[in-house]
Amino acid sequence: MYYTKVQAFALVILRISIGWHFLYEGGAKVLNPHWTSKAYLLDSGGFLKGFFEQFTANHTLLTISDYMNAWGLTLIGLSLITGIFTRYSSIAAMVLLLLYYLSHPAFPGIEYLFPSDGSYFIINKTLVELFALLVVCVFPTSHIFGLRRLIKRTEPIETKYGTR
Amino acid sequence: MEQDKQEENSGKFSRRDILAGLAALPIVGVIGYGLLKNKSDANKRNSSLLSDIRPELQSGIPPLIEGKILRIGIIGCGGRGGYLMKALGFVNPERIDEYIRNGKTDKYWVQYLEEFRAQESLNVKVTAICDIFDKNALQAMAAGANVHRNGKGGMMDEAPQRYNTYKELLASPDVDAVIIATPDHWHVPVALEAARNGKHVYCEKPLSWSVSETYDIRKTVKETGIVFQLGHQGRQTESYNVARSLILQNVIGKISLIEVCTNRNDPNGAWVYEIPPEANEKNIDWKQFIGQAPWHDFSLERFFRWRCWWDYSTGLSGDLFTHEFDALNQILDLGIPHSAMASGGIYFFKDGRTVPDVLNMALEYPDRDFTMLYSATLASEKNRGKVIMGHDAYLELSDTLIVNVDPQSTRYKEKLKQGLVEPFKPIYSYVPGQGAVDAITSPTEKYFAGRGLLYTYRDGKTVDTTHLHLREWINCIRAGNGAQPSCNIDQAFQEAMAAHMGTISYKEGRRTYWDKEKEVIV
Repeated sequence: MYYTKVQAFALVILRISIGWHFLYEGGAKVLNPHWTSKAYLLDSGGFLKGFFEQFTANHTLLTISDYMNAWGLTLIGLSLITGIFTRYSSIAAMVLLLLYYLSHPAFPGIEYLFPSDGSYFIINKTLVELFALLVVCVFPTSHIFGLRRLIKRTEPIETKYGTR
Repeated sequence: MEQDKQEENSGKFSRRDILAGLAALPIVGVIGYGLLKNKSDANKRNSSLLSDIRPELQSGIPPLIEGKILRIGIIGCGGRGGYLMKALGFVNPERIDEYIRNGKTDKYWVQYLEEFRAQESLNVKVTAICDIFDKNALQAMAAGANVHRNGKGGMMDEAPQRYNTYKELLASPDVDAVIIATPDHWHVPVALEAARNGKHVYCEKPLSWSVSETYDIRKTVKETGIVFQLGHQGRQTESYNVARSLILQNVIGKISLIEVCTNRNDPNGAWVYEIPPEANEKNIDWKQFIGQAPWHDFSLERFFRWRCWWDYSTGLSGDLFTHEFDALNQILDLGIPHSAMASGGIYFFKDGRTVPDVLNMALEYPDRDFTMLYSATLASEKNRGKVIMGHDAYLELSDTLIVNVDPQSTRYKEKLKQGLVEPFKPIYSYVPGQGAVDAITSPTEKYFAGRGLLYTYRDGKTVDTTHLHLREWINCIRAGNGAQPSCNIDQAFQEAMAAHMGTISYKEGRRTYWDKEKEVIV
């Protein structure tokens, strides 16, 4: 895939800033021994409310959810920033964000204990970040700026001159 | 050129490749620095608060003492009596069916029933019941027989014996201990008779209806040596114990004011209970109901809504202030106040009641240099909570506990200056089931600290404090070593006298005083 300099710059900035967000969120959770997803899950709303609340009732499920969140966010963040396995990590990131969205959908009539930082109708920042990740996923840049550039390719790369 | 940069990757790496490949690594370093900085700040805040404070948390529920089955009699099987039976492990099978029915549309009831069925068995048997309304008596008998916690049609045991008078019940050799859940004016007469018959007593609050009988019951309980527990289940609330330990460690500084409240706004909360349609003079023993109260002709309203009349009730001060008083007495060893001043009126429920629906009381403790304010309304649910105000911080208390720093604090002056604590923001929180008292550091924790009920109510895994309170009483009976439970007769005496001082002040429109030497209200 061929990008102009400006296009590549824009895509790299997008990838790294999302990675930054994920890594810091994840790292803060990993480093805080008291952090738990319990409060967030209990605050769930919408049609999957019951599903998310179930996690809080079972200690094992909650522990798994805590680990998956903290380490999931951290590893995804690392991957997006350093530019390795970015396709997989951006897909994983979208799945995580979709779960966050489904537990706290911005549907009219649902109120959460966590105050909202703005006014949203269906589309909120979680969903926007999810769609931004879709861009990151389908317009890869780690072969331009990232560790991917230093790894010998085994699969063919498409260029504007054809596949090689 | 562009194309080279983007695609030239299959052979050797150029310097440009290496730069572009590794350029993102410093970003990871920057974020790592941010994380560690944040972490060390949090640690600093944490350790600066926790270094010299050791909040005390009881480690779990003490085990049930083994022994033979305790045979219990229930005197007064109405709303509260029924609830106490549930806390003992006995529910009418029709009620169980009702929980199941409700559970089909509301999951809350599914959990409610699950929790009840999981409630530990106290190794007791209800052998006797006494109620002067036939319906209540029959329901209590069915509950007592429902040893296996089944719905209708399930396996039942032998039903307890019904007695028509409390005296007959208390004379029975089949009863070791009794639970008294009668109207207020019957608490002491029944408890006295029980103690004289050597039966252990769990008595609902308040201890007494009149001042004079308060002395009698204290004397008799002490003389007979029975195990006595007053029904303030708040004694089992963990956050109160945590509050006590924090205050003993001077976390909030010198206390000058305590504010406690009652805020209700529904007919049930204002004691306007529903009257069962089948109730009439034939199935209610009215004469026995009157007891030591002044005579009044039969009245369904008075029988079912007795809390609304001084003739049988102690009003807001006896019914609801006592909960608040006992909580604070547990935390601060208040004792009987030096003086009390009360005011209020019947401002909302103009339904013929004689007890006020709005009541304010100021209790003075000059020896301790503080005032306790009680303020109650039965016509607004604006929750004003329990607050203990110290010079260095204030403590907000419910099932949860939050300590907020005062901006003018002396103790935290340096920490406030260094930004390690923020004024009016929580520094400690305790939430039931959390298993620890936390020093609060992050904004999210601060936010949720004020909303601890999220855990207690939605998570729902809470142990019924009434069950724990009964259990403590039963453990003392089984131990048989003269030990008395936490809300013993001395604590009960203080509770009753504090409430009477308020009531007398309200009724007579004057300040009342406690004469410590003579132990009388003047």
